[in-house]
Amino acid sequence: MKSAVDIARDVNAGASAVEELERSLASIRSRNDELNVFLHVDEEGAYAAARRVDEIVAAGGSAGSLAGVPVALKDNLCTLGVPTTCSSKILDGWRPPYNATVVDRLRAAGAVPVGKTNLDEFAMGSSTENSAFGPTRNPLDPARVPGGSSGGSAAAVAANMTPLSLGSDTGGSIRQPAALCGLVGVKPTYGSVSRYGLIAFASSLDQIGPFAKTVADAALALEVIGGYDPKDSTSLNETAPQLLATLDSGVAGRRVGLVRELVEGSDDDVTRSVDRAAAVLRDAGATVVELSIPELTLGLSAYYLIAPAEASSNLARYDGVRYGLRVDAEDVAAMNEATRTAGFGAEVKRRIMLGTYALSAGYYDAYYGQALKVRTQMIAAFARAYADVDLLLGATTPSVAFAFGSKTNDPMAMYLNDVFTIPTNLSGEAAISVPFGTGEADLPVGVQLLGPGRSEPTLFAAARVLEVAEGR
Amino acid sequence: MSNVLRREDVAKVATLARLTLSDEELDLYTEQLSKVLQHAQDMNQLDLTGVAPTAHPFGLKNVVRADVVTPSLDHDAVMAMAPDAEDGRFAVPRIVGEAP
Repeated sequence: MKSAVDIARDVNAGASAVEELERSLASIRSRNDELNVFLHVDEEGAYAAARRVDEIVAAGGSAGSLAGVPVALKDNLCTLGVPTTCSSKILDGWRPPYNATVVDRLRAAGAVPVGKTNLDEFAMGSSTENSAFGPTRNPLDPARVPGGSSGGSAAAVAANMTPLSLGSDTGGSIRQPAALCGLVGVKPTYGSVSRYGLIAFASSLDQIGPFAKTVADAALALEVIGGYDPKDSTSLNETAPQLLATLDSGVAGRRVGLVRELVEGSDDDVTRSVDRAAAVLRDAGATVVELSIPELTLGLSAYYLIAPAEASSNLARYDGVRYGLRVDAEDVAAMNEATRTAGFGAEVKRRIMLGTYALSAGYYDAYYGQALKVRTQMIAAFARAYADVDLLLGATTPSVAFAFGSKTNDPMAMYLNDVFTIPTNLSGEAAISVPFGTGEADLPVGVQLLGPGRSEPTLFAAARVLEVAEGR
Repeated sequence: MSNVLRREDVAKVATLARLTLSDEELDLYTEQLSKVLQHAQDMNQLDLTGVAPTAHPFGLKNVVRADVVTPSLDHDAVMAMAPDAEDGRFAVPRIVGEAP
């Protein structure tokens, strides 16, 4: 499949967006039954969008920087009139009355949203096994997970169904599946992409970002979806960063910190890729120093109190009154409880209860309060590191894609998958996962570059250096 | 290792969260949630006295806009999503019960 950059260039020069869409739909048809990537394919809406792009170009206009590019959307992004489930029975059949801001921006740039992708229910998980509609399989090895929670969006790109997709990253939900599927995945600076229309999981951590096969495609997508949105009160009042213009600016003179705590405990194949990435950056003119940020190891504990606490509050809205599932009962309290009991899956219940407990009288200070203080210390630790280096380097995940069922019965083992990605969500900063080398069973390994808030231009340029070294 | 949580703690939390748990679920969640809380004890290795909590990465501030009426969601479209509605309002089962 062509890259998004190439499709948009060709469509703006007269190539047919409808034909590009047909190629995308054909590859969805050929593998979706096997892989369970899309929960809903909006053929009618996609054809309408593609035809509109072709008409604009035929009339001599420019159809936008993503003209005719088929895009897959994680099913926690609201799409006007198109089913949006969060992979939960509690929202099965719901059709939102508005579009998420990122969806409006994609469409305005000429992109063609083709459908909604599977996820761990309410984005809670690291394998897509927590979906109420069955797991998504990794296109590179269908016996293994694609990662999660944005596993469907990662699989869509890895299986050449679309060149681009959007996911959301609360603790690694874009970067981890990107690593496991051999893709570029970005967790942008908090507030740089509007969350309006992203169904909330943990509002102080959630951020929307792209999956792509190339750094340039990810940059193009982020330029389109980023920038101030008055509909999101946490939106940074800034324009989206221009990333493509500086994509090939390299890393000469940059200082990069190879962080012990972002590699420790990884499998050997992962560690080797990170070391090789450090060597490539050094050869490209960067200074690479090894450093230690001990606070990062506490991120997991803080995250698994803060995120459930916020989730328990955000998910209180699913009460069977205004939209979604209702299970009837004799009075309203019984109806609320019957609805939530029938509508939420096991992992969502587990996190709601964990969060409710962490926020409850008598335990607030010991758990939630303590986690918020750890968050302060983590932000300070990152700031000290960034006083000395421009970027940090580590692994994205401790291992390559794992087999189905291998971690499902032990939530703590599953949570440990997020140990390298969580710190960036707690600090609200930016990070990118880039496929770099292969490990066990020839499966891709992801390395992670981290930077301070608003460091995306530097991060993307460094990611591009790694990509070039891999011959892409 | 004994669990950090007791079964009755989990039952109380489930009530607060408006969830009904089976006996098996109560046992399972008591064990699983205890493991997560046990892991969280590692936060105690930091001296956090005097550290201010951070609830939000960049600090939240109120955002104001001009007091001008702008269109909102269509009333009928929103009501059409409701599991039950009556006269343009959400309908729910009985809220106040008979006196016992």
